[in-house]
Amino acid sequence: MASTETSGAKDAAPVEDAPDPQQDGGADAPHAAVAKQAGRQDRHDLSGLEAGLDALDAVVVKRAPIGQVLVKKVLPPISAVLLVLVVWQLAVWAKVADKTKLPSPSAVGQELGDRWRAGDLFSIIWTSVSHGLLGFAAALIIGTPLGLLVARVPFVRAAIGPILSGLQSLPSVAWVPAAVIWLGLNNSTMYAVILLGAVPSIANGLVAGIDQVPPLYLRAGRTIGATGLRGAWFILLPAALPGYVAGLKQGWAFSWRSLMAAELIASSPDLGVGLGRYLENMREGSDMAGVFLGILLILFVGIAIDLLIFSPLERWVLRSRGLTARSQ
Amino acid sequence: MADTLTSAAAQSAESAAHAARLDHVSKAFGRPGGRQLVLDDITLDVRPGEFVCLLGASGCGKSTLLNLVAGLDKPSAGSITTPGGRPALMFQEHALFPWLTAGKNIELTLRMRGMPREQRRPEAERLLSLVRLGGAYGKRVHELSGGMRQRVALARALAQDSQLLLMDEPFAALDAITRDVLHDELTRIWSETNLSVLFVTHNVREAVRLAQRVVLLSSRPGRINREWAIDIPQPRRIEDAAVADLSVEITEELRGEIRRHGQH
Repeated sequence: MASTETSGAKDAAPVEDAPDPQQDGGADAPHAAVAKQAGRQDRHDLSGLEAGLDALDAVVVKRAPIGQVLVKKVLPPISAVLLVLVVWQLAVWAKVADKTKLPSPSAVGQELGDRWRAGDLFSIIWTSVSHGLLGFAAALIIGTPLGLLVARVPFVRAAIGPILSGLQSLPSVAWVPAAVIWLGLNNSTMYAVILLGAVPSIANGLVAGIDQVPPLYLRAGRTIGATGLRGAWFILLPAALPGYVAGLKQGWAFSWRSLMAAELIASSPDLGVGLGRYLENMREGSDMAGVFLGILLILFVGIAIDLLIFSPLERWVLRSRGLTARSQ
Repeated sequence: MADTLTSAAAQSAESAAHAARLDHVSKAFGRPGGRQLVLDDITLDVRPGEFVCLLGASGCGKSTLLNLVAGLDKPSAGSITTPGGRPALMFQEHALFPWLTAGKNIELTLRMRGMPREQRRPEAERLLSLVRLGGAYGKRVHELSGGMRQRVALARALAQDSQLLLMDEPFAALDAITRDVLHDELTRIWSETNLSVLFVTHNVREAVRLAQRVVLLSSRPGRINREWAIDIPQPRRIEDAAVADLSVEITEELRGEIRRHGQH
């Protein structure tokens, strides 16, 4: 809006001088008559007026400085973890429970060091994480078209919609015995259990996302010619993205939980040693420090995947739409 | 491009008579208690380059009428022709897609129109500067004020390159100052292009401020009640004496029409 200054100057000049290149047709032929009216502001003033309004109304979106982020987002969880460690250590010193039941934080640290030196720490984590992510990817490929079908085809929705929501409240561990009998004690069982945990979440997330798309977007899409598949790709799916991402996040949590439970229950040399299996082995050996380490690692991996993949994805989707709640 | 030029020329030749023609259009919706007639025998021509305001109280079927002209719905009887192709449509809500920037919103329309990729960005920039938002290309929708959003929505509608622009109370949700500025803006853009506008509103002064012709619709069912040709020269001001006088006359007529509904 660089023209503000010049238009301000023109303001005072007689309006008849203003060039009027846009005289076409009879649309505004009697223009000169208007210009003669005293006190009327020239239309060239409009750009300055508009620039002023825009400046007054502008919505300033600021990102918090890094120092503030550290204080508000990073400091509190670190304090909480430290507090838990302190309380834990105090409980050990106070001999609240026997050493075989309540190992000290340092004993758990010792076990972690042992595993690191033994070289199987990463293989244990990787066995589980690779199963989890691969199973989740398969759930994504199955859950997405399924969600689209349920959301857009009334018959399919009436037929399997309630079952799909119901499946979310069935812990997918309940499928382990059946999966072991059908598929045997191998990786297929693990994947089946992950899929049964994650597919309903992902599909339901997409259905919820599509249901919440304002009809106005679809109408606006149709007026610009985005119909059918083009409408689904350019309008419907991007509009449903927030609900879909929420479904993905929940789907991952379900996958990870189901996988750990399945590893605890099913044991076979074919499955390799993942985190759940490691935890169960430690229990069988009555190694409480190992059990604690197992629990902590499962928690740590679940949180890490969420923090590294799903939370940034969700934040990006919400922020780009101005949907993040921020205190101003 | 040569393709579009010739077709545009052909279109302007054949559409010399009208930008939109509604020929005895009626619309009824099926309701549980029988059919309800919403629009009854509407015959209306919008000439090329003409600015027509449709004015009416609630229940006059204004929005239904625009949906029909936009091709989003089919009339129950009669016919509608829009020789300039699919009309552009602007809503009371900006209806911009929040996952796209202002510029990309416009480019999506250009893309749906089949414009090649390398031409889209310059065209989007041109349209944004036409509504005086030259710097807003990369802005997200939530970063724009209400008035700026409606201007981007106008630019997006213009991106359809249609000869007919349908506007469904596009400024009703804005504050009075912004609305007034956008009236000036719309008048400017309309007079700089050869656009025909069919503008729906329930605001009498807005209609008189903007239109060359005001068409008053009666309610339940919507029928054309009366028409006023407005020869007050543009650019008008909403507070002009001539605008106010005509507004009083039209408001009286509108009130008479509304009273009629309370008499049984």
